[in-house]
Amino acid sequence: MQVTPSETVSLAKYTPEVRQQLFRYVLQLADTSLILGHRLSEWCGHGPILEQDLAMANIALDLLGETRSLYQYAAELEGQGRTEDDLAFLRLATEYQNPLLVEQPNGDFADTVVRQFLFDNFHYHFLQQLQTSPDERLAAIAEKAWKEAAYHLKWSSEWMIRLGDGTEESRQRVEKALANLWRYSGELTTPTATEQALQSLNLIPDYAALLPAMQAHVAKVFEEATLPVPAETYMQKGGKAGRHTEHLGYILAELQYMQRTYPGLKW
Amino acid sequence: MTQHEWPLWEVFIRSKQGLDHKHVGSLHAADAAMAIQNARDVYTRRMEGISIWVVESKHVHASNPDDAAAFFDPANDKVYRHPTFYEVPDSIKHM
Repeated sequence: MQVTPSETVSLAKYTPEVRQQLFRYVLQLADTSLILGHRLSEWCGHGPILEQDLAMANIALDLLGETRSLYQYAAELEGQGRTEDDLAFLRLATEYQNPLLVEQPNGDFADTVVRQFLFDNFHYHFLQQLQTSPDERLAAIAEKAWKEAAYHLKWSSEWMIRLGDGTEESRQRVEKALANLWRYSGELTTPTATEQALQSLNLIPDYAALLPAMQAHVAKVFEEATLPVPAETYMQKGGKAGRHTEHLGYILAELQYMQRTYPGLKW
Repeated sequence: MTQHEWPLWEVFIRSKQGLDHKHVGSLHAADAAMAIQNARDVYTRRMEGISIWVVESKHVHASNPDDAAAFFDPANDKVYRHPTFYEVPDSIKHM
């Protein structure tokens, strides 16, 4: 099956194989937003100032909104009667496919800003292209989430500049965060076998085509922040294949505790 | 003295086209750009607005509460200053 970009397709038209691939992929997107949203929500009540506490909670809520739409779609694609909550709360760590970047700890504010910037730069450019996916649902989800991502990228870009071109201490901290987190940025644009299959069907954007715009944005922000773009080229990966850092287990313990202890609990 | 607190800003939101910006509160920010972003996050989360103004609080000069009697009481009994003797057509909103 090859889809031309002008067509739109919906779930009913997919072959079982494509449907399975798409299920896996939508789950990966959902996991990514869920885990990053959860990480940001950990700042709630602990932000450096009230205004930024709220800003991070807002971004977390945007990501949770996106994640719900994605899990709902994933549940439909799977068609086995599992709900969005089952998918979010009742899977094992090795079944989560979020890239390693988003599960990294909040650390200090600079760590959180760098993690967010690296993710937002991908998320924004990715969603921009996903809006033209022939898959109607993905296109619709992308259209809504892209506007939110544009604000996220503005927020994290401004903080990169403020911290990089700020005080000696803020600069040191953002450099340290970059030294720790840069190596997780490559996984975002390194396609898995599933992603490659969907890219060859033109259902999702080709990540290589996103790189020029992403690199241009990094160059622009780092220049303003007076930070050198890290030269490190070794990239850590594995999250999208279910091989996670130790951090994910702790996140899931907290996220899943309620549903595992009181199955079906609602509030 | 080193300044440890970011300056205070007053925030004004226009809720929809054609209405005035209204004062909604204040917040801390390092500069105007950050103040506008913070205002967006603090004051427009529930679709309150389509436009934001911020002004550093130190630029707002206020009347002295001690002068309130001299300033405002004399207007109390001057009903003829109110334009209540006109009929306002139904189609005029926001008066």
